[in-house]
Amino acid sequence: MPSGIALAIWILGTAAGVCFVVCSLIRGSFLRYFFLNLYVILYMCADLIREAVLRFYALDSPQYMYAYYYTDCLLTIALFVAVISLASHVFAELNLTRYVRLVAVFLLLGTAGFTYAVVAQSTDLLATRFALELSQNLYFVGLVLTYLLWGAVLKLHETRTRLVQMILSLGLYFSAYAGSYALVNVAPKYETVHYIGPILGCFLPISWALTIMRHSEEARLTPARLVAVPR
Amino acid sequence: MMAAFILAFSLLTLLMFFVSYCRSLTASSLHTSISEDVRDVTGIQARAVGRDYARVMQILHLCPDRPEDRSRLQIVGAYFSFLNLLDQGFAKIFPTVREWAEEERAGCAHFAAVALGRRIALNREMLAEQVEL
Repeated sequence: MPSGIALAIWILGTAAGVCFVVCSLIRGSFLRYFFLNLYVILYMCADLIREAVLRFYALDSPQYMYAYYYTDCLLTIALFVAVISLASHVFAELNLTRYVRLVAVFLLLGTAGFTYAVVAQSTDLLATRFALELSQNLYFVGLVLTYLLWGAVLKLHETRTRLVQMILSLGLYFSAYAGSYALVNVAPKYETVHYIGPILGCFLPISWALTIMRHSEEARLTPARLVAVPR
Repeated sequence: MMAAFILAFSLLTLLMFFVSYCRSLTASSLHTSISEDVRDVTGIQARAVGRDYARVMQILHLCPDRPEDRSRLQIVGAYFSFLNLLDQGFAKIFPTVREWAEEERAGCAHFAAVALGRRIALNREMLAEQVEL
């Protein structure tokens, strides 16, 4: 990717991240959506770490590879926790928060165990392969959880505008990201498809920041309007 | 083959989330009725319909910009274009698509009309401030 475009995308992503965290602090929602803020902060830190490593080591060096895959793995875990925190908000009124957390821990450990079982058979670069595989598997679990969460939002007639729009943003992000990965595999020769992933990375903090800025915690909407095709 | 399947599936879910996201935006304006000023300017009678959208947007661009509305109006504008495409592409094969798209376009028009009402109110406030000065 040309460094100019990469730099522009990085600045946009960082600005959106800072904007989201600042808006959360100003509107008093930082602790309420703590794990979303944590994810965005880690996202910015990961970018800084990668840039710092890249200053001293080459793009194809093992040092950069370790830094990239481990920060990516950490980010995926943070995103997974963010999805679970949104699920806790949705199920809070049913007093199911404890069970949601239990399921989350079970899923996280299960995914890590499954990944280790798969990766343990290969002896070369076990550490990086484990980080890469865990990241991919957790990403898939997060994607499925977001769809389930959206189903729960519709079933439980969730009306909190902020919560609904944050979950929808997450759904849009996950779908678009999965699509962009697939597109890179389907058409790797087109250079433009390689920009989609980093650009999508900026989308999540931007949409969350807009949601926090525009809607108060008390804002409500009509649940029937949320279904794509009314029944 | 697998990548193509994932691409198709993710595009479908992307579409579903996009429609829901846009509906959540237009739903936020449903509780607000269209002001008398907007009715006078646009000629909207009882409730907004899809064809009112273009007229409302034309007038909206003449009013001073409100940064708070800008991105939402752009997203709803994209949704409106998507609904037009859907109508032109599938309405002949699936007639129910036309009814659904028209209902959705009416929601977009209502959203734009409510935004226009806010801009007119802002315009009045600015004018009042200038008169006071």
